[in-house]
Amino acid sequence: MSVWRLILRELLHRKLNFALGVLSVFVAVGVLVANVTLLEAHDVCTEELLARKQAEAHKRLAVLEDDYRKYMKELGFNLLILPKEQDLAEFWEQGYASHTMPEQYVQRVSNSGTMLVRHLLPIVQQRILWPEQKRRVILIGTRGEVPLAHRRPKEPMLLAVPERKAVVGYELAQDLGLKPGSPLTLRGREFTVSKVQPLRGSDEDATIWVDLREAQSLLGMEGRINGIEALKCMCKDVTLDQLRAEVAGYLDNEVKVIVRENKVTLRAKARKRVKAEHQQALLAEARGRAALRQTREEFASVVVPLVLIGAAAWIGFLALSNVRERSAEIGILRAIGVRSRSIFSVFLVKALVIGLLGAALGYAAGLVVSVLAARSMPSLMVEDSGKLVMLWLPAAALLAAPLLSMLASWAPATIAARQDPAAVLSKE
Amino acid sequence: MLQAKGVSKVYQGSAGSVRALDGVSVSAGAGEFVSVQGPSGCGKSTLLLACGGLLGCDAGQIEIEGQDPYALGPNERAAFRAKHVGYVFQQFHLVPYLTVWDNILTPTLAHPLPDAAQRAEELIEYLGLGDRKHHVPAELSTGERQRTALARALLHHPNLLLADEPTGNLDSDSAHAVLRHLSEFAANGGAVLLVTHDDRAAGYAHRTVHMEAGKLVNGNT
Repeated sequence: MSVWRLILRELLHRKLNFALGVLSVFVAVGVLVANVTLLEAHDVCTEELLARKQAEAHKRLAVLEDDYRKYMKELGFNLLILPKEQDLAEFWEQGYASHTMPEQYVQRVSNSGTMLVRHLLPIVQQRILWPEQKRRVILIGTRGEVPLAHRRPKEPMLLAVPERKAVVGYELAQDLGLKPGSPLTLRGREFTVSKVQPLRGSDEDATIWVDLREAQSLLGMEGRINGIEALKCMCKDVTLDQLRAEVAGYLDNEVKVIVRENKVTLRAKARKRVKAEHQQALLAEARGRAALRQTREEFASVVVPLVLIGAAAWIGFLALSNVRERSAEIGILRAIGVRSRSIFSVFLVKALVIGLLGAALGYAAGLVVSVLAARSMPSLMVEDSGKLVMLWLPAAALLAAPLLSMLASWAPATIAARQDPAAVLSKE
Repeated sequence: MLQAKGVSKVYQGSAGSVRALDGVSVSAGAGEFVSVQGPSGCGKSTLLLACGGLLGCDAGQIEIEGQDPYALGPNERAAFRAKHVGYVFQQFHLVPYLTVWDNILTPTLAHPLPDAAQRAEELIEYLGLGDRKHHVPAELSTGERQRTALARALLHHPNLLLADEPTGNLDSDSAHAVLRHLSEFAANGGAVLLVTHDDRAAGYAHRTVHMEAGKLVNGNT
């Protein structure tokens, strides 16, 4: 005869008492596990939601980034570096500089390591008479962008015009019936039209673009340019004066730097605004989720302790009633020499069994209920329910529930152990 | 075997104190069957509990096998009881969810016995419980229950058997059977102290003492 056999027989004999004890642990552990799992579901759901929104924002910003680059290509540069002696009134009046500067300036800026300008485009530009057609046109020579030596090359905003090729403005093409492949003679030099620009509604509609070298040759300006177009960075905290001073500094202050606030800049600002709004929206979402979690946590912090206390009280009550029901049995066991420590352990081991069984069943039920709840509630929906299984939780439940059960049964077990056999037996 | 000298016990209750035992002296030697008779409330059961090491006295001394159980600590006294004393009660006090077999073996919870199973088999055979071995108390007659309780009391080969109204709930045949077994225990060298109302017990006891109001009124102690 062993204590275990005694306990097992008693459990099988007083099934209701045992079942009620297991039920109370089952409910307590189930509520605890469900609450913890739902909080985890909330966290996982929040993480996934924010990651999704972040990805969407990145996607949209990437589109905007691409748009930005395209707009820049279409709308042009916003920074112009001109020769120092250029009269700006004259420049604004005729649309190009009458003075020139060495072409090598563009290389010096490229090699300077500056972070303030990008997309360097050396040009030579002049309004000229097109003798073959007897009309005035704007001739622009470009060799394409000069990459910055210290930065990863970016797709150029404006492509170079190959030698012996010409790009013509919309109005010229319409007037002269030019189209890609048409021959074009300019000041005795033969070109082939490679592209006709779309209508822009500006003097570019009456412009011819050719290779920089050929333009310099046509204009008698070999090795000279009359402007460097560029794009200034959208750096915060950099004033126009700082920008001018830095760029001019690279060129021994032999240039003037003009900034044109164009649509590109506005577009870039809008892009920044969209980015900031996305971040604000994400922040608001995160705050909303945090507030919801707080509410859920507060609910759990009230419900779980109440259920645990209720379960402990119920187990204590059941244990006490079990002790009272078994007083004669305890009396005779004590009389025949069973030590009080053994009586104590009989009740505590019973509590341990109740705790373990209730914890195992409660954990399973709590997990199933919370996973089903998470699947049905949009604010808790997670992509992979497996993420809700926390390995520490069943271990904690299987450890804490028997402890709670034994703690609740401690006082009744002590009463049983201290029971005076003479008092019990003399009553009988 | 058992020596109780000048034992007194007073119960303190809300309605005042009750003197249950007043200088009672009783003894039972090896092979002796002593019966204590008296009206209800005269202190018979208190005397039995005191003699069994279950109820401390206010005055007097009790010795079992030459040792005062109350001089021992609680755990040692429990071990002493397990080894030397067997108990039989009117209400049987069997563990309701254990079979006859398991009930007989409950003393091994306190004190392991190497040949417990063999001893239990012998007692079951001796007390005629062979076909009731796997039955729980609720499935037994009162006589069978008391015989089961008696087997439990005898498992450890005690020197002293204390019986409190063991025939109180039994029919005549069962009562005689139990008294005969107690008598045989004494005949085999054990000491029996029986407290009872039952006049039939006197026919089996070697000595009968009478109590009234916590005192022995006649008979040889």
